Amino acid sequence: MEIPIKLTVNGEVVERRVEPRLLLVNFLRDVLGLTGTHVGCDTSSCGACTILMDGKAVKSCTLLAVQADGAELVTVEGLAKNGELHPIQEGFWQEHGLQCGFCTPGMIMAAYQLLEENPNPSEEEIRHALEGNYCRCTGYHNIVKSVQYAAKKLNR
Amino acid sequence: MGKLIGEAVRRVEDRRFITGKATYTDDIKLPGMTYAYIVRSPYAHARIKKIDTSRAKSAPGVIAVFTGEDVKDVNGLPCGWQVNFRNGDTMKEPKHPLLVADKVRHVGDNVAMIVAETREQAKDAAELLDIEYEVLDAVTDPAKAIEEGAPLVHDDVPRNICFDWEIGDKAKTDDAFAKADHVVSLEFRNQRLIPNAIEPRSAIGVYDAARDKYTLYTSSQNPHLIRLLLCAFVLGIPEHKVRVVSPDVGGGFGSKIFHYAEEALVTWAAKQVGRPIKWTAERSESFVTDAHGRDHVTKAEMAFDKNGKILGLRVSTIANMGAYLSTFAPAIPTYLHGTLLQGVYDTPAIYCEITAVFTHTTPVDAYRGAGRPEATYLLERLVDTGARELGMDPAEIRRKNFIPPFDGVKQPGYQTQVALQYDSGNYEATLNKALEIIGYDKLRKEQEEARKQGRYIGIGFSTYIEACGIAPSAVVGALGARAGLYESSIVRVQPTGKVTVYTGSHAHGQGHETTFAQIVADTLGIPLEDVEVVHGDTDAIPFGMGTYGSRSLAVGGSALRKGLDKVIEKGTKIAAHLLEAAEEDLEFANGEWKVKGTDKKITFGEVALAAYVPHNFPEGMEPGLEFSTFYDPANFTFPFGTHIAVVEVDPETGKVTLKRYVAVDDVGTVINPLIVDGQVHGGIAQGIGQALLEEAVYDENGELLSSSFLEYAIPRADDLVSFEVDRTVTPCPHNPLGVKGAGETGTIASTAAVVNAVVDALAPLGIKDLQMPLTPRRVWEAIQQAKAS
Ligand code: FES
Ligand code: FES
Repeated sequence: MEIPIKLTVNGEVVERRVEPRLLLVNFLRDVLGLTGTHVGCDTSSCGACTILMDGKAVKSCTLLAVQADGAELVTVEGLAKNGELHPIQEGFWQEHGLQCGFCTPGMIMAAYQLLEENPNPSEEEIRHALEGNYCRCTGYHNIVKSVQYAAKKLNR
Repeated sequence: MGKLIGEAVRRVEDRRFITGKATYTDDIKLPGMTYAYIVRSPYAHARIKKIDTSRAKSAPGVIAVFTGEDVKDVNGLPCGWQVNFRNGDTMKEPKHPLLVADKVRHVGDNVAMIVAETREQAKDAAELLDIEYEVLDAVTDPAKAIEEGAPLVHDDVPRNICFDWEIGDKAKTDDAFAKADHVVSLEFRNQRLIPNAIEPRSAIGVYDAARDKYTLYTSSQNPHLIRLLLCAFVLGIPEHKVRVVSPDVGGGFGSKIFHYAEEALVTWAAKQVGRPIKWTAERSESFVTDAHGRDHVTKAEMAFDKNGKILGLRVSTIANMGAYLSTFAPAIPTYLHGTLLQGVYDTPAIYCEITAVFTHTTPVDAYRGAGRPEATYLLERLVDTGARELGMDPAEIRRKNFIPPFDGVKQPGYQTQVALQYDSGNYEATLNKALEIIGYDKLRKEQEEARKQGRYIGIGFSTYIEACGIAPSAVVGALGARAGLYESSIVRVQPTGKVTVYTGSHAHGQGHETTFAQIVADTLGIPLEDVEVVHGDTDAIPFGMGTYGSRSLAVGGSALRKGLDKVIEKGTKIAAHLLEAAEEDLEFANGEWKVKGTDKKITFGEVALAAYVPHNFPEGMEPGLEFSTFYDPANFTFPFGTHIAVVEVDPETGKVTLKRYVAVDDVGTVINPLIVDGQVHGGIAQGIGQALLEEAVYDENGELLSSSFLEYAIPRADDLVSFEVDRTVTPCPHNPLGVKGAGETGTIASTAAVVNAVVDALAPLGIKDLQMPLTPRRVWEAIQQAKAS
C-alpha cells in the first residue's frame, strides 16, 4: 500500500506515492536521486544523513518519508544558489574541511543549523554542536576552522 | 603558474563533494539494477547442517538465492603475501570461500546471497532462509588459541598457528640483556580496532553479454589489484574482459585495500542473473566484515646501561590473523612491524619473534599505520618506562639514544639491526622543535604546581619513525609479496597543450587531483587549470598498485614526475627543431623553451601542437606527446617526527582530557602543506581513538560485543582539541620529488604519546602502565588500585 506525500525539497514541490516504511534518506537518494545525502550507519549515530527539515537539522535515516509529508526540506544540493557556494561550503573548501567528503554534506547541514542558532560560536560550541556528526578523515581540526570561516563570512 | 610545489593550493576536487555531486559507489544507479543482501553467520564457529532456500526463493521480488553449494567450484579469496615458518615450511593458508558451505568461522562469515528487485525485498527474504547450524566452541583470544586443546579454526592447522617468524640476532640480544644494568619489561595487548571508514563498503557487478564484458564498481583503494585478484585467482575470467572502477571512495584507512567476497560475488552473479547487482554494507556488516586492525599480544623488554643508553630490545608477539588470511595480513606483524623495531634509536641488538594465529574472529589486516603503530607503541612505552625507572627526563633519554643525523647523500643511509636501511633522518631536530612549541620547561613547572593542588597533568612523548612507499619490488618479492609494488603513470599532453595524467594511485580523501596536478603544472610551467588527473578506472589508467602505506606521492608521484621528464625531453627535441637550435642551447622554464642568451623561444602549447600536427617535425620522430611510465623505487621512505601530548586526568572519574597536542613531522619535501596537515590531523585523531576510546571486544562465544557505533566509540569533535602541527624537512634522497609520505604518521605517533602522557600524569600514584583504551573506568580502577596498595 503506497501513501501519497507532498513536500518541498530544495524549493521545489515534490509529490510522490511511497511505501509506508520507506526511510526519508532512501526517499531522497533512491526516489529523488539526491545522492548528496549519505548513509553511514544503522544506529542514528554518524550524521552523514543530516538534512534540514523545516529549518531544523535532522538525521534523515531516523525518519520515514511519510513523516516528511507537508515539510520543507533542504539538502546539501539546495545550498549553493546560482552556482555560488554558500559560505559554509566555501568555508569547507577554504579551510580544507574535508578529505574523502563522505561526512561533508551532513557536516555542512549540521553547521548550518548551528550558525542559525549561534552566529558566533566558540570552538567548544562548534565541537559540541557537531558531536553527532562523525568524520574519520579530518580529526575535526579543519572542520572547526571551516565553521569559524563561515561564521565570520556570514556575520560580515 | 610556475612554483606550485609547496603551495597550499585549495583542493580542485572539493566542489563536487561540498555540493553533494560526488559519486560514491552506492550513488550509482543503473538500468535494471537489482540488489543483493548477504546472509551472514550469527555464530563464531558452527557447522552448517542444512540450508533450505525454497521459501526465500519464492518471496516477493526475489530473483536468485546463492549459497556455498553454488560457488563450490569457485576459488576462495587469495592472500597476497607469503611468510614462511622459521623451519622453512610455507605458512598455512586455508581456503577463504566466497560463501561458506560447511563451517562458518566468525560472526559475519558469508553464508548466502539473496538478489531481489529492491534492497528491502532482499533483506526480507533473508528472514525466510532456513539455515540449521550446529554451534561449536570458539576461540577469539590469540594467546588462548595456541594452547593445546583449543578449538581449531581450521582442522588442518595444528594449534591454530598460521606461521612463526623471527628477525634480528637472538644470541647477541640475549647477551646484551645479560650485561644490562637495568631492564624494563611490559606486557600488553595492542587491542583490536575496527577501521570504520564513514562510507560503508559497496560493490556493483555488471555483465554486458553482447560484449562479454564485466564491470565492477567498488569502494576500493586499488582497483587494479582487485581486478588482478578477482580475475586471475578467484573467478578465472580474463582480465581484459573486466573493468574495475573505484569512483569516489569515502575513506579507506586500509580497510578498502583488500579483496572482499562481495566484490567477487556481485561480479560472478551479475552474469547468472543477467542484470546489474548492487550490494552496500550496512554499518553493522562493516563492523563484522571489514578487516580489523592491530590485535597483538606482546611481551617487550628493553635493556639499558646505568646512563640510560639502550643496549637491547627483545619482543615476542602473538598476532591475531582472524579466521582467514586477508590480502596482506601476514605482512603486518612481520615486515611492517618486526622490521621497524630499530625505531629512531641506535639500539645495537634487537630480536623479535612473531607467532601468527587463527581465531574465530573477523580477519585482521592493515589498518592505518599497519604494524608500525604497534612497533612505535612498544618502543615508546619502553623508552618512557626506562626513563622513569632510571630517573631521567623522557626527552633526555631519547636524545641520548637517537641515531645521529644523516642525509643519505653525503652520509650513507642508516643500516638497522632488522633488515631495513633508513633513507635520511634528523630525529633530534623534530624533538627540539616540538619541545620549543610546547614550551617544555614551563610546562613541567606547571605540572609541578598542578600536582601540589591535587591535579594530574601529564606530558607524553612519541618519537617515531615509519616506513612508507613500500618497495622495491625485488625486495618485497624476496620478503614474500606476491605482487610488485611499483606505480605507474601516463602523461598525455593534448594538442592544445592541456595535460591529462592517468595515475595508478587512488585517492579516497588524499587529494591527488590537486597534489598531482601541482606536480604537473609546476614541472611543465603551465596553469593548474590546464591539468586533469584521472584515477580509479582500470579501462583508463595504466596498471597501478593503488594507494596504501602512504605510498601515493613517493611512488605514484615519482612515476608521474618521471613521465613529465620524458615529455620535457621529447619536447626539447621538437623545440630545437622548430627553433633551429641545438638542444644543448635550449633551456626550459615557465612553460617555454628559450635559446639561451637570445629572445628566441617557443611555448609548451606550440610544441604540443607541433607534436600532433607534425608538418614540420624532427626526422624519424614519432608524432604525439604522451608517455607511460612505471616507477619502482630504490627503497622505502622513512618519515619520522616527535609528537607531544598533554592531558589532564580527573582522579575522581578517571576521565582523560586532552589539553594540547603538538606534532612535528618530517615527511620530506612537501607538495601541498594544506593537504599534508590534513593528513596529519586525521592520523592523530585515529591514534588518539586507539589510546582512549576504541576497542573491538569479543565475548567467550565469539560474538562481537562492540558491533555498532553505540558500543564502539570513534573520536567525535568534542573528544579532541585543535592540533599544533609543524614540520622539519629532510628530503628523501632516492626519489625525484624528495617526498616521504604523510598518510600514517599521525596514527603511528599519537597512540603512544597519549598513553605516555596519561601514565606520566598518574606517576605520582605509582601507576606504571595502563592497558588501552584508557577509558574512564579503566583509569579509575587503576587509580583505586594504586591508592589501595
Ligand atoms: S546514517 Fe543517519 S545517523 Fe548515520
Ligand atoms: S572527510 Fe572523510 S569522513 Fe569526513
